[in-house]
Amino acid sequence: MASSAANATPRQKLAARGLDGVTLLTLPAALLIMLLFIYPFAYGLYLSFAPKAGGWLANYIAFFSDPYLYDTIAATLNISLPVTLVSLILALPIAFRVRLLKRQRLLTTILVIPITLGTVLVAEGLLNYLGPQGWFNRTLLWLGIISHPIRLLHNYWGVFASLLITGFPFTFLLTLSYVSGIDPALEKAAATLGANARRRFLHIFLPLLVPGLAINFCLSFVQNFSVFPSAVLLGAPAGETRVISIAAYQAAFEHFDYSMGSAIAIIMGAVQLAVVVAVLAARRLFYRGSVSGAKG
Amino acid sequence: MTIASSRFDTLSLDGVSRNFGTVIALDSIDLTIRRGEFVALLGPSGCGKSTTLNCIAGLLAITAGQILLDGKRIDMLRPEDRGFGMVFQNYALFPHLTVRQNIGFGLKMRGVPKAETSRRIDEAVRLVRLQGQEAKLPGQLSGGQQQRVAIARAVVIEPPLVLMDEPLSNLDAKLRLEMRAEIRRIHNELDATTIYVTHDQDEALSLADRIVVLKDGVIRQVGTPHELYQTPADRDVAEFMGYRNQMPGVCSACANGRASILTGDRVMSGIARGDLSVGDAAVAIFRPDDLAVSTRQEGGIAATVEAIEYRGREYVGTARTPDGLPLLFRADKPVDAGNSVCLAADPAQVLIFPASGGR
Amino acid sequence: MIRDTTIGARLWAVAVWTLTGFFVLNIAAMMATVITSSFSTRWLQSWLPQAYTTRWYISAWREFQLGDVLLTTFQIVFTVVALSALFGVPAAYALARRDFPGKRLLLLLFLLPLLVPPMTFGIPLATVLYQVGLGGTFWGVVLANLVPSVPFVVMVLIPFIEQIDPKIEAAARVFGANTFQLFRHILVPMLTPAVLAALLLVLVRTIAMFELTFLTAGPTSQTLVVALYYSVFAAGVRAVQSIDAMAVIYTATTLIWLLIALRFVNPTQIIGRAH
Repeated sequence: MASSAANATPRQKLAARGLDGVTLLTLPAALLIMLLFIYPFAYGLYLSFAPKAGGWLANYIAFFSDPYLYDTIAATLNISLPVTLVSLILALPIAFRVRLLKRQRLLTTILVIPITLGTVLVAEGLLNYLGPQGWFNRTLLWLGIISHPIRLLHNYWGVFASLLITGFPFTFLLTLSYVSGIDPALEKAAATLGANARRRFLHIFLPLLVPGLAINFCLSFVQNFSVFPSAVLLGAPAGETRVISIAAYQAAFEHFDYSMGSAIAIIMGAVQLAVVVAVLAARRLFYRGSVSGAKG
Repeated sequence: MTIASSRFDTLSLDGVSRNFGTVIALDSIDLTIRRGEFVALLGPSGCGKSTTLNCIAGLLAITAGQILLDGKRIDMLRPEDRGFGMVFQNYALFPHLTVRQNIGFGLKMRGVPKAETSRRIDEAVRLVRLQGQEAKLPGQLSGGQQQRVAIARAVVIEPPLVLMDEPLSNLDAKLRLEMRAEIRRIHNELDATTIYVTHDQDEALSLADRIVVLKDGVIRQVGTPHELYQTPADRDVAEFMGYRNQMPGVCSACANGRASILTGDRVMSGIARGDLSVGDAAVAIFRPDDLAVSTRQEGGIAATVEAIEYRGREYVGTARTPDGLPLLFRADKPVDAGNSVCLAADPAQVLIFPASGGR
Repeated sequence: MIRDTTIGARLWAVAVWTLTGFFVLNIAAMMATVITSSFSTRWLQSWLPQAYTTRWYISAWREFQLGDVLLTTFQIVFTVVALSALFGVPAAYALARRDFPGKRLLLLLFLLPLLVPPMTFGIPLATVLYQVGLGGTFWGVVLANLVPSVPFVVMVLIPFIEQIDPKIEAAARVFGANTFQLFRHILVPMLTPAVLAALLLVLVRTIAMFELTFLTAGPTSQTLVVALYYSVFAAGVRAVQSIDAMAVIYTATTLIWLLIALRFVNPTQIIGRAH
């Protein structure tokens, strides 16, 4: 405990609380992040209330009264929510299977490639692959599943595919780590107590996974919500895939209205935060429910 | 006592084998367990005792042989269909369920009505002496308490067989002794049949009605604790049962169950075990308790004391013979390190085995 | 893990593996398309191109000034890596070894840039950089990329450093080492593998980082991925094959470093300590 000795110097007192020369090593990095991350947000917030013309709320009012602008929220949610859900729903059963595999490394390596290459490369690739003359359509035609090429580019589906390809591996790897983190003895115990595979999943795995899955959803969702290059290259950036990041970018870097751009960026952040809070609140409800709901 | 075990008469393992690739974990195990017995599977790490237990539970498939419950094959059944209770080494309590919900899990899986479930859980909690802890989550319990929950969870379903996989190895020494007594008490109260895996010789000796000693996937000996302690079947079992002194040599005489062995420049006599004939390479095995400082100079083993420890009631020392053999002995009075002593072994307690070690 | 061997379970397993295979197959096919196209003379109406050539690579190199772009990319990337190490390693050490009031807040500070997507904080950041005149410059791009990279280094290294028993350091001191000797003989050797691994990951992530560089780069400070974006954007003007050639060069650059990184790290660490 701190100064139990009557003559503890200020330096010793600080050290007892964990503050000494070593702690100062965090200072440069902390200052850097505050300057380059926290400050721009604060500045952006301030800027958003200082529009080129009109009162301090003018930017926000302008945003919410112009359908071309506020529709971007709906358009972005329309893409990001389904993609995140589909990723998660696909990731869970596959992660369950893969955890039984002894040589997971090959699969995880392959899956890491799309994440690493990024959305621009994937968008460029899909422009080739999903085109009306591309191999995807050709294969479907050849198999007789379709009678003429389906339109997958410059619309919703191109963006959906791109986000799925770059987003699914992330969701999958995170889910795999959660699933692998569950003590295998729990499954064995449940089996000896009479639970078959379905019931083991329902009563043991799912309750233990829900907190992790909620976080997984939030992380993937915010990534997908801020989609930009795929929406521009693969989608219809003036139409159904006009996402909010495009609106923000245009305001700031095409119209040079930094104030409006900041406002839209703030709105973008706010929507992401709202969804995350909602999901985490729902998770807490579920969790409490599962503990008290089971009779015993 | 309303928790009871389902009735069965025998569980037999018939030539049970289990391979992992090219590794043979179990090699044709034959074992019969009768109702009401407390059987310990004892052996060093890797001997196959946990594998055997997991095969009985259905958590591992067997690669040859059969497992029969009252003559009916059960080795084809999935673990959830066998109905045995199991207590795991790390307890495996469901972290998101309270004590009550953990205990009641098996009953819930069987669709037991709520009222009866509640009653049976109460009985189980009383049996393991955990009253007052029922609403807690496993993370809020101590190791010993978690162990009790694990036991309650396994017995509340009234299984024909309770399987325990080194349940005490994660507890500290004092708790281990307490829980040991608890486990035996619960077994007796329930009139249960228990198969208990352990690597601790003392645990097996104090708990079991019968002990099965395994090594390298093979049963080396089955018997009561007394039988194993007094008459180990081979050198490995003897080593495991605490016969820690070993003096190799050549068998110089063998008749009527007794033998003599020429080791170094001395002759020791003892009980002949195994297939021994004159001229065979042999080894004399005896406990530290049976090797004491001798007053006579004749017929003893000369050795130099290396270290001596005070054990309260007596002293235990390590010594080395002139030909470099280490020995453990006991003494009533301390002997200084570096001194020479003459040690004598009680010939009635020395076992002489063929040197090959196995059967 | 219990293996269920009923028919239902087997069918389910087959379905799951088919799905996985389908996914992987599509990714592979997509990449194959790009590679094939980049080597084709003309490819319009058929499964495969009519003829192959390598001229697109040469023309892409010239057209997009890939030599300069690659040089710029690596200058930026290596600067970011070096600075991330400089800022991140000491901070990670301090956070791993000391417990102090406000530590949780500091950890949150370092966690946020990893959780908030680059586009979301990129626009405010770019705004600020342009206001101070760093927008469109080399240093603007470097600073922007430091925002996710320094926290990444910190969060990845903390568990590694925590794993090194502090008693080892105490033992070194007992045997007479001063701080410099402690670092040189004990800490640096023990930490080097982890630090190298973290820096390799920063390298790969920075090469592939689009949004931040896009928002802060000028014409002479573009990285390869941003140049690729612009070329696709202006796709009507340029031949598809030369864009594909550029895409292949980008892929090769990224994958080489990825494969090097994977020799030292587990693939899952690329997604970082996002949680």
